[in-house]
Amino acid sequence: MNIMSLTAVELGKKIKQKEISVEEAVIAALDSIEAKDEAVGSFVTVCRDKAMEDAREIQGKIDRGELDGPLAGVPVAIKDNMCTEGILTTCSSKILSNFNPAYTAEAVLNLQKAGAVIIGKTNMDEFAMGSTTETSAIKITKNPWNQEHVPGGSSGGSCAAVAAEECHYALGSDTGGSIRQPSSFCGVTGIKPTYGTVSRYGLIAYGSSLDQIGPVAKDVTDCATILEAISSYDAKDSTSVKRENYDFTSALVDDVKGLKIGIPKAYFEDGLDSEVKAAVLNAAKVLEKKGAIVEEFDLGLVNFAIPAYYVIASAEASSNLARFDGVKYGYRTSEYEGLHNMYKKSRSEGFGPEVKRRIMLGSFVLSSGYYDAYYLKALKTKALIKKEFDKAFEKYDVILGPAAPTTAPKLGESLKDPIKMYLGDIYTVSVNLAGLPGISLPCGVSSQGLPIGLQLIGDCFKENNIIRAAYSFEKSMTYNRCDMAKQFD
Amino acid sequence: MKQYETVIGLEVHVELATKTKIFCSCSTAFGGAPNTHTCPVCTGMPGSLPVLNKQVVEYAMAVGLATNCTITQYNKFDRKNYFYPDNPQNYQISQLYLPICRNGRVEIETEAGKKSIGIHEIHMEEDAGKLIHDEWENCSLVDYNRSGVPLIEIVSEPDMCSADEVIAYLEKLRLIIQYLGASDCKLQEGSMRVDVNLSVMEVGAKEFGTRTEMKNLNSFKAIARAIENERQRQIELLEEGKSVTQETRRWDDNKAYSYAMRSKEDAQDYRYFPEPDLVPVVIDDEWLAAVKSKEPEFRDAKKNRYINDYNLPEYDADIITLYKKLADIFEKTTDICKLPKKVSNWLIGETMKLLKEKAMEPDEITFSPENFAKVILLVENGTINGVIAKDVFKIVFEENIDPDKYVEKKGLKMNNDEVGLKKIVEEVIAANPQSVEDYHNGKDKAIGFLVGQTMKAAKGKANPGIVNKILKELL
Amino acid sequence: MANIISDETIEYVGILAKLELSDSEKEQAKKDMGNMLDYIDKLNELDTTGVEPMSQVFPVNNVFREDVVTNTDMRDAIIKNAPAKKNGSFMVPKTVE
Ligand SMILES: [Mg+2]
Ligand SMILES: [Zn+2]
Repeated sequence: MNIMSLTAVELGKKIKQKEISVEEAVIAALDSIEAKDEAVGSFVTVCRDKAMEDAREIQGKIDRGELDGPLAGVPVAIKDNMCTEGILTTCSSKILSNFNPAYTAEAVLNLQKAGAVIIGKTNMDEFAMGSTTETSAIKITKNPWNQEHVPGGSSGGSCAAVAAEECHYALGSDTGGSIRQPSSFCGVTGIKPTYGTVSRYGLIAYGSSLDQIGPVAKDVTDCATILEAISSYDAKDSTSVKRENYDFTSALVDDVKGLKIGIPKAYFEDGLDSEVKAAVLNAAKVLEKKGAIVEEFDLGLVNFAIPAYYVIASAEASSNLARFDGVKYGYRTSEYEGLHNMYKKSRSEGFGPEVKRRIMLGSFVLSSGYYDAYYLKALKTKALIKKEFDKAFEKYDVILGPAAPTTAPKLGESLKDPIKMYLGDIYTVSVNLAGLPGISLPCGVSSQGLPIGLQLIGDCFKENNIIRAAYSFEKSMTYNRCDMAKQFD
Repeated sequence: MKQYETVIGLEVHVELATKTKIFCSCSTAFGGAPNTHTCPVCTGMPGSLPVLNKQVVEYAMAVGLATNCTITQYNKFDRKNYFYPDNPQNYQISQLYLPICRNGRVEIETEAGKKSIGIHEIHMEEDAGKLIHDEWENCSLVDYNRSGVPLIEIVSEPDMCSADEVIAYLEKLRLIIQYLGASDCKLQEGSMRVDVNLSVMEVGAKEFGTRTEMKNLNSFKAIARAIENERQRQIELLEEGKSVTQETRRWDDNKAYSYAMRSKEDAQDYRYFPEPDLVPVVIDDEWLAAVKSKEPEFRDAKKNRYINDYNLPEYDADIITLYKKLADIFEKTTDICKLPKKVSNWLIGETMKLLKEKAMEPDEITFSPENFAKVILLVENGTINGVIAKDVFKIVFEENIDPDKYVEKKGLKMNNDEVGLKKIVEEVIAANPQSVEDYHNGKDKAIGFLVGQTMKAAKGKANPGIVNKILKELL
Repeated sequence: MANIISDETIEYVGILAKLELSDSEKEQAKKDMGNMLDYIDKLNELDTTGVEPMSQVFPVNNVFREDVVTNTDMRDAIIKNAPAKKNGSFMVPKTVE
């Protein structure tokens, strides 16, 4: 049996039934990383010894009956922007290259309580700013399907690790599509939950009002199970929402009869790759055949989401990233004259070009004389976008569209034209602006052999609608996720 | 020279008396080794998030209500962005757009008469850490124990025109806030910090002159000196045909001189925007009423009550109500012993004397009203005499001992034994013939000396009334 | 390009953001920021009169902590990452002249 080809939930079952030990599972993951990561580059830190130690401890708890959840003993990889006590947390940035947090992020703690074994930290775009994982200061992650292509970003390391079967599942974070877009590019499944569902405590902030942590896994069942484990009301995060319901696995039902699905016309206009379009519309057909009511509608303001997003995210980032100054932690330049020179040199040497670009933009749009024209205008636009979605969800349970306009681009192509790269977020950013949940799951493969992602968007707190639709689609999907893993055999 | 008038507005930062910081559960206790009262939140660790202390909002509301402000029922926090090492996130969480209190006023009284001083706004914010300059290594050391201690910033209207008015206004604020228990308001320890905005203009001018902001004022004396100095400085500039620069200046009280704090790295563009990590604070009428209902009796009301209900002279009531601590002790002690004037005498006399000797503030008093009342009652019922009582009170003041037990243990009860005392007086008369002669020659002072000698011989415990009576009989 | 970013603006934003750019980075930043602002100017096509700016998406209010000390001394963990420290304090270049 190939342990790595199991899903997280399948592995969890086998561990519970004592068919596989936690140690065996961890060794399998570590071996897989050893074998593949030089080519894929998903990981920035691998916790070999610690993971083995944890494996033995967790096995003991399982044996004693203290742990019996579906994820007990299953190895996990964590995006490197979530603080983990005792494990380096770098945000794939030089400025945090030696940072050892004093505490662990709440979502990660929740997973540890569920018996997860952390095997490592995954690569990302520096501070989650980017759509290709190429802005990482540490390494470039490659798309496991074709190593000349990017894995997407910013959770590229997490998605590539799951796609290459270096781990059974991973956590990512999504500020403007950073879980859904790389999931789409890597042929895995990822959920960005409703804002406030997963605690942000310990997630190194990029755009505080947009950031959410979510699961990246092989299928919808895994994602729902992981989401159930990491979601919680957290008194340490003031924006955490006390939800009525944290039960996501009950939505794993193969039935979409009567589910109302809306397809925004604007999502299928210029700029959308024709193969992506065909695969996504085919997915809609599949769901319709299974009894969903599918219709096209006009979603307004689609083209205003990206500019509003970049103003808000950059503004918040410029302030959130001010704390990296060479005083309390992280990189400090070796030679400087006085305080302000120390600040400037440490930050200029410690941050990469994309991060600097966004900090500059963010500082500018907040500066005296421009605040109203840019920042306030963007917040008003956000209010209008939210309204458009509210209106749509009066009619539909789920909004269906692509996760990204194309399949994964080639390495080195995107950074040449930042604006073009930003435009790739067109289907994902509005979901963050409106605080909605979204899922991306595979719905086909392009002629080039690259995965295509389907995005399902739900109303706030209605993850269960998109989980149900995604699960039903997955059940009828002809496309086989194992095709890709074979490339490494 | 032309005639000028001075226009002064104040920004007063007050550290609130909460147990924990504004956004984390770290202690606000003063002192402590550097960085021992810190956590990921108040040191700006990546990924940490703020959660608002409810008590901060209640104190801010209480101060606002007591200063006749309108309370903002929909509040938000904003980030003020600037780089400085005492500010671990390099932004301060404050309130710009929707401060919790607006449009208030307090009444002051100076020799120039009564006046109303407007309060523009009061907002909540976090304090910064402390920088210590290390000459040895030519660097600065940062201690974040104070980082995140809650502050309210009270911004007045430019309604004051003299140091007298400024000090009257500050005294008024201090009393209100101390009576509310919202802060101890100590200028020396920095729990009350005053920035003075001052400009001068020619009498009759229609527009204010350019103002400066003066920082580092650690006492009322320093404030008064700095105001006078800055007023002079600005007038001199104008008289020389120069203009005043709008700037922040730092007062050096030792040198009685101020200097500009400007540097080219301070762009003074704070890029305020709504704090995305905190949700709005909504204050409904019910909450407002609950805070209002807990409002204590303020100084003026208390003073009048002491005069009317306890028959205290205005002089006494004035001094006692100047400090909430004294007023509290006065009321509790009077409740026990029912002797308001006696309590007042002990507070204004011995207590003040000891405070002064020990360079203490009334807030630092540690003796209990119970033990204090016992001292008064011991004198009142004739158990000890007044001289012994002062000694006993001193011990109570220092160690808060039980005076009943102390008097018993040390054997300090008053000697009322006439026969025994008569013997002592006889011995004293025999030993001091010169004083007896002086007495007979009309030197009244001599009797005092003889009383003193008798008291000494009786180890201070003699009943002075009886001693006096016997002496007069025998002489 | 409608938005022309001047050298002064880049200099000023650099002071605000504490970033020191090399000459070639400055040229690039001017270009990038100008392009980005041109693109963002698209928002001006949208009529937002009377719209309340939305900072939080959900109407969650009044999230408070009770005033109880629960944190204990964790100085060692807090200071362990400091690039320079002395006697339990963070060490920085002198802040006064
Ligand atoms: Mg302030
Ligand atoms: Zn703290």
